[in-house]
Amino acid sequence: MKHMRFILLGAALSLAACDHATPQLAAPVAKNPAPATSTSKKQSAFVPPSESDIPNDDFGKQIALGRQIFIDPARYAKAYVGNQLSCENCHLDAGRLAQSAPLWGAYPMYPAYRSKNHHVNTFAERLQGCFNYSMNGKAPPLGDPVLVALETYAYWMAKGAPVGASLPGRGYPKLAKPALAPDYARGETVFKRDCALCHGDNGQGQQSAGRTVFPPLWGSQSFNWGAGMEQVNFAAGFIKANMPLGRGNTLTDQDAWDVAYFMDAHERPQDPRFTGSIQATRASYHDTPDSLYGTEVNGRMLGQGQPTD
Amino acid sequence: MNTLRATLMVLLTLWGSHALADAPNGATIAQQGNGHGVAPCLACHGADGAGQAAAGFPRLAGLSQAYLRKQLDDFAGGTRVNATMQPVANGLSDAERDAVATYYSKLPAPAWTLSPAPSGDAAQTGQALAVRGNWTKSLPGCEQCHGPDGVGVGDHFPPLSGQSAVYLSNQLHAWQQGARRNDPLQLMQNVATRLSDADIAAVSAWYAAQSMAPSKEKQP
Ligand code: HEC
Ligand code: HEC
Ligand code: HEC
Ligand code: HEC
Repeated sequence: MKHMRFILLGAALSLAACDHATPQLAAPVAKNPAPATSTSKKQSAFVPPSESDIPNDDFGKQIALGRQIFIDPARYAKAYVGNQLSCENCHLDAGRLAQSAPLWGAYPMYPAYRSKNHHVNTFAERLQGCFNYSMNGKAPPLGDPVLVALETYAYWMAKGAPVGASLPGRGYPKLAKPALAPDYARGETVFKRDCALCHGDNGQGQQSAGRTVFPPLWGSQSFNWGAGMEQVNFAAGFIKANMPLGRGNTLTDQDAWDVAYFMDAHERPQDPRFTGSIQATRASYHDTPDSLYGTEVNGRMLGQGQPTD
Repeated sequence: MNTLRATLMVLLTLWGSHALADAPNGATIAQQGNGHGVAPCLACHGADGAGQAAAGFPRLAGLSQAYLRKQLDDFAGGTRVNATMQPVANGLSDAERDAVATYYSKLPAPAWTLSPAPSGDAAQTGQALAVRGNWTKSLPGCEQCHGPDGVGVGDHFPPLSGQSAVYLSNQLHAWQQGARRNDPLQLMQNVATRLSDADIAAVSAWYAAQSMAPSKEKQP
């Protein structure tokens, strides 16, 4: 029984919405990642419709609204957003880019069973999780115009994609385990060399003319401890394929793991599922080597949820 | 009372000029040169630091101190090749570079005569590159690094608005040719090599027609 619970928990961990793994992801990534320039073309046969093809009718209006929410949720879905991020920050090119968890890769894979809550989750439920965790806000209720518009946008983008087939380019690439265990000090070196220019010396990001240009990587304005990017494996895959901006696939795998570890070893807002105890919360939701929540790094217990920035 | 104020002013001025006696004065260099062969900057960059659009002399007013300073070092060090500016930068001492960079960073962004907006295909290409980029070529939008409407971000990302089409396209070509190779993480080198000549013309014209105050709404 205890054993059983463990397995279920493990599965649950990898299935939380916009927070953890993609259900049934059929690891589509080639063993030798191609350079940035050819990645999207070679690995994803699927080409989403062009934005200029958004129809000019009432249906098209919902597609366009969904796109606006995705790019600028602080403006178009204000009530549900609790930080300075946008969906596009982690799903590049307005959710179109392969290897950046594109919407066309996600939409045809729902509804999906999640052992976490023992029921089949619709796409809309999946979207709710993004607001709870990645956006550190609150979930729009089912049927809310925000979810309707986002779902319409994703549906339109997936036009022609086979239902239930995990397309190449879906999710983030799954990197092979690194030769050396990810390391804070090495990660800090990578961060200072390749990331701080944009994301700031303290990962706080940069704003200009009142808008987030470079999103915060940790601290009070970033994703919370329940978000998928909190897991070092997801972060490493995203970073390898997409960072530094415009220079994807130039870091070594080792650098990507190290800098992902460094980023995820910083404080951020508390996991909304916090049970009152860091250890209990870790046991329930973070019991994986890929989460640093509830572990001690550099003499600091992570998961306090009180970033000091 | 008035006498007291006047006396104070005189004293302050004296004290001020004394304190600055050794440190080079940015305004003086800009307006008169440095007295050791470097021409006054305003001859090319204009009295208000707005530059001269047609000649490809860039705006300096209101750019960040760190960025201006870095460019002077890069001209001097040869990672930014330009026959006009390299002797200027080489002729300035360390302290003079600091002073003149500080001077221009504190000038208000000058009044800017917008060049006429491009039309047709060029307008579409320019705006698309500026706002969205071209991700099938791994090319981010310019404003993802240069900020909304290209107003610039922090110390490392200079504004594109308020610069002329001639200057902007000169820089993009310089990166393509390797004459400018001073960009951190090769970010601009990487951008420029993904642009065609038509792309460069379109995006340069688009930014030359942008006002320096960003619009309130994010472009679709
Ligand atoms: C901080 C980064 C981040 C932000 C911000 C973010 N997401 Fe995600 N999202 C992720 C991660 C990580 C995953 C899991 C990816 C995987 O499974 O490989 C994910 C997964 C998803 C999925 C499922 C993908 C699939 O293939 O099953 C959808 C849909 C999604 N996000 C939509 C959104 C929306 C809508 C927003 C804005 C409201 C958003 N995301 C904001 C990081 C983010
Ligand atoms: C040239 C500037 C630049 C550099 C350098 C850069 N990034 Fe980013 N990063 C961005 C931008 C811009 C986005 C948002 C992308 C978008 O909205 O399209 C982003 C998004 C992210 C995100 C997802 C959003 C968030 O805030 O969590 C992570 C994680 C990230 N970067 C990590 C890194 C790491 C690690 C490095 C260094 C290896 C790095 N970045 C280097 C510009 C940069
Ligand atoms: C004879 C004309 C001339 C004079 C005098 C001159 N400049 Fe320049 N300056 C230029 C030109 C032309 C460029 C553009 C070079 C290029 O295309 O790379 C330039 C570029 C610059 C830049 C780079 C701006 C940017 O946005 O990257 C700086 C900084 C600069 N000049 C500072 C100065 C200073 C300070 C002085 C006075 C000490 C000065 N210049 C005097 C012609 C001049
Ligand atoms: C990934 C980040 C990034 C992107 C995207 C980007 N730039 Fe830049 N750009 C920079 C950086 C950094 C510099 C400053 C280089 C230096 O320090 O000399 C710069 C400088 C420039 C300059 C020189 C400005 C001056 O005053 O001399 C021009 C022109 C320019 N960029 C045009 C563009 C255009 C046009 C685009 C879009 C097609 C673009 N950039 C996209 C990072 C970027």
